[in-house]
Amino acid sequence: MLELWRFRELLSFLAWRDLKIRYKQTLLGVVWAVLQPILYMVVFTLFFGKLANLYDEGKPYALLALAGSVIWLFFANSVNLASASLVGNASMITKVYFPRLLAAIAPVVAGLVDLALSFGVLLIVMAAYGLYPGFPRLLFLVPFLLLALGTAVGVGAWLAALNVKYRDIRYVVPFLLQLWLFASPVVYSSQLVDQPWRTVYALNPMAGVVEGFRWATLGGVHPSVGRVALSTLGGAFVLLGGLLYFRRMERTFADIV
Amino acid sequence: MPTSSEHAIEIRGLAKRYLLGERTVLYGSFRDAFAGATSAVLHRARKGRPRKRETFWALDHVTLDVECGQVLGIVGRNGAGKTTLLKILSRITDPTAGEVRIWGRVGSLLEVGTGFHGDLTGRENIFLNGAILGMRRQEIERKFDEMVAFAEVERFIDTPVKRYSSGMYLRLAFAVAAHLEPEILIVDEVLAVGDAAFQRKCLGKMGEVSSEGRTVLLVSHNMSAITSLATTCIWLDRGRLRMSGPPDEVVAAYLTEGHASAEPGHADLRDPALREGVPKPTFKQVLYESVRLVNADDETSGVFFEGEPMRIMLGFRSEIPISRLEVLLKFMSLDGVLIFTLTSGQMDVALDRGAFELPVEIPRLPLRRGLYKIEMYVLSGSVPQDYLLAAVEFEIAGQRGFVEDARHVRDYLGVVSVDHEWGEPRQVGEAVEQTVAR
Repeated sequence: MLELWRFRELLSFLAWRDLKIRYKQTLLGVVWAVLQPILYMVVFTLFFGKLANLYDEGKPYALLALAGSVIWLFFANSVNLASASLVGNASMITKVYFPRLLAAIAPVVAGLVDLALSFGVLLIVMAAYGLYPGFPRLLFLVPFLLLALGTAVGVGAWLAALNVKYRDIRYVVPFLLQLWLFASPVVYSSQLVDQPWRTVYALNPMAGVVEGFRWATLGGVHPSVGRVALSTLGGAFVLLGGLLYFRRMERTFADIV
Repeated sequence: MPTSSEHAIEIRGLAKRYLLGERTVLYGSFRDAFAGATSAVLHRARKGRPRKRETFWALDHVTLDVECGQVLGIVGRNGAGKTTLLKILSRITDPTAGEVRIWGRVGSLLEVGTGFHGDLTGRENIFLNGAILGMRRQEIERKFDEMVAFAEVERFIDTPVKRYSSGMYLRLAFAVAAHLEPEILIVDEVLAVGDAAFQRKCLGKMGEVSSEGRTVLLVSHNMSAITSLATTCIWLDRGRLRMSGPPDEVVAAYLTEGHASAEPGHADLRDPALREGVPKPTFKQVLYESVRLVNADDETSGVFFEGEPMRIMLGFRSEIPISRLEVLLKFMSLDGVLIFTLTSGQMDVALDRGAFELPVEIPRLPLRRGLYKIEMYVLSGSVPQDYLLAAVEFEIAGQRGFVEDARHVRDYLGVVSVDHEWGEPRQVGEAVEQTVAR
């Protein structure tokens, strides 16, 4: 851990490289960061918005879908890029020493920039609907964001380490994220899940994140403390498990990547 | 600390073992893992004992001390464990057994331009590469101008490096590494790349580093670099420490004896460790399996005579069907000078999966007395598949029936003998009167 701190400059360089390369020689550049959640919003609103009572919170469905998509896309893109990070940096890993975890964290950090941009879009759309974020409530974004970050790093580290050993993980990741999307309250409200499943459901860290993020920006019903605690527990479990597994596998990366 | 202050590195019984199976099947898949597990269970049920995997000691219990300020040269054949040793010392991979103690910051340069990205500019790559090698931002900023000047890329510093010439790319990469200021610098084969002027520059820079009292570990096939830079030298042979001592003596012993250790004129190339430290990434679906040098009498031999024929039988194994094959053979002197290259060009072939052979015939070998090695490269279509640095070594014993002094050949006659014919001397113009007074 101390070592990670010593190499913090490398982390920022790697994250900055990821961003720079992602948007070099692309037609739309950073517009992609903004376009993705908007397209999600449009698709979700068209296909699910008309369905009865996916949400019962008295807010426009489009807005709820957009808020969910913004934070979900941050998570999904981070996990996706992190899981490919070790294999993608194979030449570096076999040629030079640095804490390998940095390679998996860098895309998550880079994702924060995209998140900031798409959050800007969310604020604009909110304003268009005549809705403004309440100030003290907005501060709750920070813990939920940290939970999303931790979960993304945990899952990313786990998948990245597995991907070094088993290359078919690459095909599993999109599928896993697809399932996870529908297991999180992005297109629907968690109110739809009945007890006792609702408690189990809350163990999904992204359930807490999406709900919390939506509440902190849009307001409305706030998620119960118990469920948030469960999500945090789930997130901590994923993060710890991911880091431990990563650590155990780390020594062999250079030999098998 | 006080007792060990003279030592920069202490190595005790250091060993690294690779599973051969795991190294050849580069990486697995879930399906393979399940299949492997079930077959292992079946096997155990039948035989009562788990299957033994073939293992290979890349480093076989090496013990060694390196003193502060020393320049340690490391020589040895490919697969002798040189790169593995450097990788363990730079913490890239973990040893299977043994212990390493290091005093001071280690900067390792196993390949120039690690982490370079083509889309980033020279300036951006300097910062990124510096950070990867462990430099602080202020340190990089402080030395930035010096690095750019060393690399001679001032005008192109804000151009993406993918537009650089390969020489510029290399100079820039080396410049960053050369300005790293660790207590211990580990360098592997950087000199194998680049032109002569660049090599001289690198050698000069490394001499400078060691004169500042820092410890340098240097692996090279370039024997003159070892003898001119190193203060002491070790010879690794199949993972073991064969000899250590003054560079002149070790290099001499290695050159005269090192090449004769295997079956002369034939090499089994299936050992994945032979592919360690190759400067280009390869796909490894088509692999060299063997090489055999055959003389005029149809015998496999490691010794040939000047101007006589040589047939090279290349053995391959392929996991894929091949429709276009390209083979390159680079003939080099043992101290690393490229003499000539044989290139097949893109050959249209129809080869199925499995083993195949390819003969190459040289009717008259134009080499003079000395020791040579062949670097081998194979591509399918334009995909680099396999690359071996010193796949096989051979000796030219001079002209048949002549005894020549080796030094005479090297210093006065050069390395190649060229087919040629001298004409008759013939008078030009009118005869000049001898009696002309001066």
